[in-house]
Amino acid sequence: MIGNLDLATLQNIWWLIGSVVGSLFLFLTFVQGGQTLLFTTPQGDLEKNLIINSIGRKWELTFTTLVLFGGALFAAFPLFYATSFGGAYWVWMLILFTFIVQAVSFEYRSKPNNFLGAKTYEVFLLINGSLGILLIGAAVGTFFTGSRFVLNGYNSVAWQAPFHGLEAALNLFNVSLGLFLVFLARVLGALYLLNNIDHAPLNERCRAAAWVNFLIALPFLLVVLVSLLVMDGFAVDPATGVVSMESGKYLHNLLAMPMVDLLLLAGLVGVIYGVVSAKFLKKDCGIWFAGLGTVLVGLAIFALAGYNNTAFYPSLSDLQSSLSIRNASSSHYTLVAMTYVALAVPFVLAYIFYVWKLMDAKKITPKELDGEYAKDMY
Amino acid sequence: MEMEILSTVNWARAQFALTAMYHWIFVPLTLGLSFLVAFFESIYLKSGNEEWKKITKFWMTLFGINFAIGVATGIILEFEFGTNWSNYSWMVGDIFGAPLAVEGIFAFFLEATFFAVMFFGWERVSKKFHLFSTWMVAVGSNLSAMWILIANGWMQFPTGMAFNPDKARFEMQNIWDVFLSPVAISKFVHATSSSFIVAALFVLGISALFLLQKRHQKMAKRSMAVAAVFGLVASLFVAINGDESAYSVAQRQPMKLAAMEGLYQGSTGASLVAFGVLNPAKDVGDNQSEFLVSAKLPGLLSLLATRDFNGFVPGINDLVAGNPAQNIIGANERVANGKIAVAALAGYKEAKGRGDAAGAAAALATFNTYQGDLGYGYLKNGEAAVPPVAATFYSFHIMVVLGSLFILLFVLVLYHLKKGDIENCTNLNQASFYALFFGYVASQAGWVVAEVGRQPWAIQNLLPVGVAATPIGSGNVQATFFIFLILFTTLLIAEIGIMVKQIKIGPEA
Repeated sequence: MIGNLDLATLQNIWWLIGSVVGSLFLFLTFVQGGQTLLFTTPQGDLEKNLIINSIGRKWELTFTTLVLFGGALFAAFPLFYATSFGGAYWVWMLILFTFIVQAVSFEYRSKPNNFLGAKTYEVFLLINGSLGILLIGAAVGTFFTGSRFVLNGYNSVAWQAPFHGLEAALNLFNVSLGLFLVFLARVLGALYLLNNIDHAPLNERCRAAAWVNFLIALPFLLVVLVSLLVMDGFAVDPATGVVSMESGKYLHNLLAMPMVDLLLLAGLVGVIYGVVSAKFLKKDCGIWFAGLGTVLVGLAIFALAGYNNTAFYPSLSDLQSSLSIRNASSSHYTLVAMTYVALAVPFVLAYIFYVWKLMDAKKITPKELDGEYAKDMY
Repeated sequence: MEMEILSTVNWARAQFALTAMYHWIFVPLTLGLSFLVAFFESIYLKSGNEEWKKITKFWMTLFGINFAIGVATGIILEFEFGTNWSNYSWMVGDIFGAPLAVEGIFAFFLEATFFAVMFFGWERVSKKFHLFSTWMVAVGSNLSAMWILIANGWMQFPTGMAFNPDKARFEMQNIWDVFLSPVAISKFVHATSSSFIVAALFVLGISALFLLQKRHQKMAKRSMAVAAVFGLVASLFVAINGDESAYSVAQRQPMKLAAMEGLYQGSTGASLVAFGVLNPAKDVGDNQSEFLVSAKLPGLLSLLATRDFNGFVPGINDLVAGNPAQNIIGANERVANGKIAVAALAGYKEAKGRGDAAGAAAALATFNTYQGDLGYGYLKNGEAAVPPVAATFYSFHIMVVLGSLFILLFVLVLYHLKKGDIENCTNLNQASFYALFFGYVASQAGWVVAEVGRQPWAIQNLLPVGVAATPIGSGNVQATFFIFLILFTTLLIAEIGIMVKQIKIGPEA
């Protein structure tokens, strides 16, 4: 059945799959948010350890989702993989360095004889949660603001960016998106900790942190949203594949895809409700509303970048080198095969959900950190 | 300009080698120790004996320390294909991306999800579900190895695809050819079972240390028994599969086999080198002797490579210059063919660009005739198809010798465990302890054979590394190379420090 789908449909499906994975990653950055909260929210070692042991049981899911995001893009849009990662070399390398140091930090931080000392591993977590997320935001920002590269007749890429991608971090839109994601992660982190830890003083601080970080995130969100409404975009002629600048392109995309407006609106409402429910209604389950909201906002952002005849990885040096989901994708055969593979994703999500529920059924308490299994704790 | 590209390529190679070798320090232990921990916990559940829980938890702690740095060093490899090998990513992404994505979906999430249960679920889930989670981590780790080895197997033996001249890339035609490639299966069996040996040696070595120090003796002997059986069974798989691998390499990568054996002049009834010191002055096509000293087993190489004592095994000279008597087309000729293919592809593009349909068709016909040698067209000459012989030869022989000694060690340990006097066998326990380190040496050597032995190819015969790299300037790659070197070394020091401390602490009282 899947084999009968035409190439364009498959390309649309795979942009959606990539978007879902990317958006789930954004939700899961509550781990990174928790990592930076470590420096502002807890008082004393006990609260710090509670936070570490809470997000420390989820960090691998975030990490793995990022890896899958890369793998899915490689399989479905190899030209993007080939173009972006090599060109934005330093951005991606810095992102990866922050994830490398993150991966050891939970495990090594409290182990005796850990060479660098607990504080260093905490700083690693801070770097990953701040710089790592900021740069991911900046990299996603280039989906709208473009990069400087040229593809030759063999689709091999030549970059015209002397700082190999670090230019992305100098653009107001990109940086705003990055900072929005950093503070959104902190909001999500606070809400997750609130829901996962049973320790009244820390819970109160998490409620406050969710609210404060939401307020800090707002101006950056406004810059992103307003820019999207007014900025020029990269339009692809569906008949010829020719790319041209179109003023108000992303506004046009919003108007042409009411479903995306709905996603964006519902997503923002979800995030706001999540925060409000924690701060003012004193509920603990705000993470689910804010988390779902984040996924919906993510889907909307990716849809704006890739659908409705838009170049999702535009070239500022040569418009015709810009990548769209039409010219950057894998072959029909590969997309069909991978779509069959993707049928397993709901099954994977189901067991993750099941185990998550099982593991988080009881909240983490200070007692657990001192109990029979104290030696196993992070 | 050419020098600059060459330098970028070589730094990219160095960086990939560095990061892959670092990653591979931790992977074998993850692959094998995950199963050993699952065995220990299964015994605990079946026997209900708390001693086995203690054993499980001790090895699990060491597993966790190793696992974290394995994850840390692994993420870079996937992204490096994009950052440093962009032309590669484009030319074969249509095929190569699939196993990577499948690895994420089917393997990584198993590990990521159940790892947390394994370490923090003792009080949160039932004993049975905990054991199930431990098994899932082992299965997930090994599945992830399977998918990445399928990808690697495809690079060694590209299959199930066709070249699309319009897009200038290879496209998948049959996913089953890629996923069930005999090379991929063979690599999976070889890499995982040899990793089980590394893990078995790890458990054996630390247990032997406990016996030497007269600490935790009961626990050490129990751990040793499980590890030695596991190691011995894995060794049998490696031995059987090693024979299959040699045959497969002979058929599909004869140049690699020639380098593994330092064989320059092909012959029937070719000898296997049991021991040898290569002649460093030896060059392709000259008359110098290949070895300064050597001991050879007559006919055995022919048997391994062709399943016939008198079969012909081509040497490097035959593979470079050709050997019409044996129907071998040499690399020199293939380079000429490849250049025709490269020119025809350019001609096709150019004719198409100016709307010359007849010209394009003619160029395409020429290209199709010579496309099997496309990759050779990017090489300077036939000799450029020869991998570094010394690195390949010595790594191969170190791996084989160590692998054979490990079998002997497992047998001796099992014998003395059965006899009940293992705690008195000081020499054997010392050997077990040192074998821990040699397990890593053998494992790394195996990858050197596999990867150095296939140079200059990123994709065998189709894409040399020189064309595969991202042209981003060697300075950038140099900088990241040294950052990786410093970062990974620092993390390794931390890992070893933590590991040694935990071993000193030993299982909980």
